[in-house]
Amino acid sequence: MEIFLQQIINGLVQGSVYALVALGYTMVYGILGLINFAHGEVVMIGAMLALSSLTALLGWGVTPLLALPLSISLAMLGCMVLGYSIERIAYRPLRHAPRLAPLITAIGVSIVLQNLAMMIWGRSYHSFPQLIANNPHNIGGAIINNIQIIIFVLALAFMAGLMVVVNRTRLGRAMRAVAENQHAAQLMGVDINRVISITFMIGSALAAIAGVMVSANYGLAHYYMGFILGLKAFTAAVLGGIGNLRGAMLGGLLLGLIESLGAGYIGDLTGGFFGSNYQDVFAFFVLIAVLVLRPSGLLGERLAERA
Amino acid sequence: MKPDRKFVMLIAALVIALFFLPFVTDALLGRGWVRILDFAMLYIMLALGLNIVVGYAGLLDLGYIAFFAVGAYCYALTDSPHLAQAFPMLFPVGVHLPFWIVLPMAALVAGGFGVLLGAPTLRLRGDYLAIVTLGFGEIIRIFLNNLNAPVNLTNGPQGISFIDPISVLCVSLNKTQTFFGIAFPSVHLYFYLFLAFTALVIFVSQRLEKSRIGRAWMAIREDEVAASAMGINTRNLKLLAFAMGAMFGGASGALFAGFQGFVSPESFSLMESIMVLCMVVLGGMGNIAGVILGGVLLALLPEVLRNIVVPLQQALFGRTLVDPESLRMLLFGSALIVMMLYRPAGLLPSRLRRREFGGDDAAAEESVYDATH
Amino acid sequence: MPHTEDALLLASHIGKQFGGLSALDDVSLHIRRGEIYGLIGPNGAGKTTLFNVITGLYQPSAGGFQFNGMHYESGKPHLLAQAGIARTFQNIRLFANLTALENVMIGRHVRTRAGVFGALLRDRGTRKEEHAITVRARELLRYVGIEKPAQTLAKHLSYGEQRRLEIARALATEPLLLALDEPAAGMNASETENLKTLLKTIRTSGVTVLLIEHDVKLIMGLCDRVAVLDYGKKIAEGAPEEVRKDPAVIAAYLGGGGD
Repeated sequence: MEIFLQQIINGLVQGSVYALVALGYTMVYGILGLINFAHGEVVMIGAMLALSSLTALLGWGVTPLLALPLSISLAMLGCMVLGYSIERIAYRPLRHAPRLAPLITAIGVSIVLQNLAMMIWGRSYHSFPQLIANNPHNIGGAIINNIQIIIFVLALAFMAGLMVVVNRTRLGRAMRAVAENQHAAQLMGVDINRVISITFMIGSALAAIAGVMVSANYGLAHYYMGFILGLKAFTAAVLGGIGNLRGAMLGGLLLGLIESLGAGYIGDLTGGFFGSNYQDVFAFFVLIAVLVLRPSGLLGERLAERA
Repeated sequence: MKPDRKFVMLIAALVIALFFLPFVTDALLGRGWVRILDFAMLYIMLALGLNIVVGYAGLLDLGYIAFFAVGAYCYALTDSPHLAQAFPMLFPVGVHLPFWIVLPMAALVAGGFGVLLGAPTLRLRGDYLAIVTLGFGEIIRIFLNNLNAPVNLTNGPQGISFIDPISVLCVSLNKTQTFFGIAFPSVHLYFYLFLAFTALVIFVSQRLEKSRIGRAWMAIREDEVAASAMGINTRNLKLLAFAMGAMFGGASGALFAGFQGFVSPESFSLMESIMVLCMVVLGGMGNIAGVILGGVLLALLPEVLRNIVVPLQQALFGRTLVDPESLRMLLFGSALIVMMLYRPAGLLPSRLRRREFGGDDAAAEESVYDATH
Repeated sequence: MPHTEDALLLASHIGKQFGGLSALDDVSLHIRRGEIYGLIGPNGAGKTTLFNVITGLYQPSAGGFQFNGMHYESGKPHLLAQAGIARTFQNIRLFANLTALENVMIGRHVRTRAGVFGALLRDRGTRKEEHAITVRARELLRYVGIEKPAQTLAKHLSYGEQRRLEIARALATEPLLLALDEPAAGMNASETENLKTLLKTIRTSGVTVLLIEHDVKLIMGLCDRVAVLDYGKKIAEGAPEEVRKDPAVIAAYLGGGGD
């Protein structure tokens, strides 16, 4: 039972990170109908930027209490610029090109970012400084530490904030209008390019946060961390119904739970044949299962009929 | 439709040139470069296989190397001592099937994986295929790396070695053979074998391109809705293209395993998939000559980088700042972006094939214009 | 319902909703063999939606239709093409990077059979079939009057030529019903006149024609019968002259133009 509870906690924490990244995929997909393959790399760049600025700030003697939010803000800012540039350079010129073209540039951007990161930060794992006292709390036999609590709460806060922006503000209304019908939105005086740029920037800022969370949680950052994380977050977005914000959040949390419960019990389920080193495989099978059983996802509408 | 004289002469000249290519390379650059040529041939085969999927049917397969891996492991498992060591009770001496049986088997197994992956995905929008294949490319490596315990099927990260070399007509390609008084080293023999297979893949691609099936693929690539309105069963035809691509990948993998004598998961990384995709995009999607050009260029690129970039950096900065491997990937990534933005038809646009149809000079001119804009 | 026994297409109580929006509401109509049937109505009346339902692109939310004696509720486009419905698109959808000839040859796909082995072996049967496809495609290009640019890429054809090519491609599938979505849109007067002649010829050859048109004049001079859609509902059906005088139709058109 303790194991079960422990895996639930781990799953929710990991899942809230997936949800943040999934939001980036789903927002861009909702508006442009494009899978932004490079999104996972934005997460990685966010983590790396935060790490570098944090190291520098601490080196200059800034107190950790100030250095941490400062470096996170820097990472967010950097990723917003990155997200804006990606859209501007690699996607916008191809908005009316055959569908294959932006997919290919997207994978190209992803490869470039990954290898640039490798050149800048090297191939090795970087340890993320532990700035928050890691007091473990005991809940019914399961352990949750401060970082996990902060991650979960912060993720929920950002998701709530996003929902407010999308549902309650002028900008959010413009975003929804563009997602619904670009042409009509344009006729109504919405500056489509601006809305799309802002969407990429918001998604990238969330990705930066998620990157910091992942590396703080595991205490590690690595140039390759964005790739698998991106795949999983995309799976989460599809699971919830791609294009649907609530779906991305639900899908993220669910995928986190599936993964951690699966990894916790796979040994028992398969009689010891598969171990927890197959944890990364779950997301993929979830993806295939969703595509077979309910391609529109849990909260999505039918996709097929948008001719 | 009869091949005219000029064409026959051209083919004959090409055959002779290719026959001497390994000898000339050997004499001028050394035996290592013949080996590089062999690998270039394998890459061309892979790129042509992927071209059916991406270039003809317009489906983006980002995990193509996974099918290559499936084929390679098929051959490695059946024709190495590994099974005998891992399961002495089941296979006391291993399996050791002849190459000509394992090759189609590898193709079929890879094709089977293609169907398993494509069937659920291909009824949906094309983007899903890209991400599912991307995931598959990673998953296959996780399995290859971890299926050494509790049952040692793949030998994990160490990979499988001592794979039987390929023999053709009871002639092992693994040692120097003498025919008509000429000594053919092993790498030369493999070159001819791969050349033959490449020729076969080209033949198949060309026949498919100019057939009812090929036209249906291109219709799907151009406009899937219009294609289905014309009575084309888009799902089945996409599945066919995807599975055929996978089969070519699997067959190339078996050749790779036999040639190398050793396989391990690290040969099948995402970067390899990207490299093959790059070959197709760079040369010109859907255009056989372009894809071959892309394959040659990119297969030789790492060697060029190694021989130029490293000494150059040493001379300029006194040490290697950027290793050629990451520079290569950086170039691939940038090439994908730049090609799509500025030259989506590739270096050798396939519009040139219009000339074969004859007569329509205006159209040919127009398309050259089109390709440059 | 009169004359339903000779109906080629019989649509009954078709409804289609997008989200909360009702694009089609209880639309029934029947098209007789050999006639030219017009579908008119103001912008957004649901004409194209109805079109997409009976060509299998959309699944109706309610109702179904019979084509050539077979019942369909949710057709797949390729099955309906096989059954004998061929269509063109309002905003031309040709295979842009293929030649005009290849476009029409693709139309033959559904009536030919060569598979992968045929392609690879290129046996006598396949060669014969391939030859027949080319011959028929060239015939059709001549039929619609664009035999000259056969080797031109579809995207390089003029607007009128592209419209004609779409018709040739549709005819290549040997349809019983040729469904045209605003074929005269963007054409000048002489091109429209040529189109009219072409459609009459096609009808004479025994193909039934379903025509969505904005240009009421074209419809009036050409169609045997017309139906009028407004806000997703059928408000009139009958001979062009009768429909023209129908008060509901006049109101719909005047109202539609008014706001």
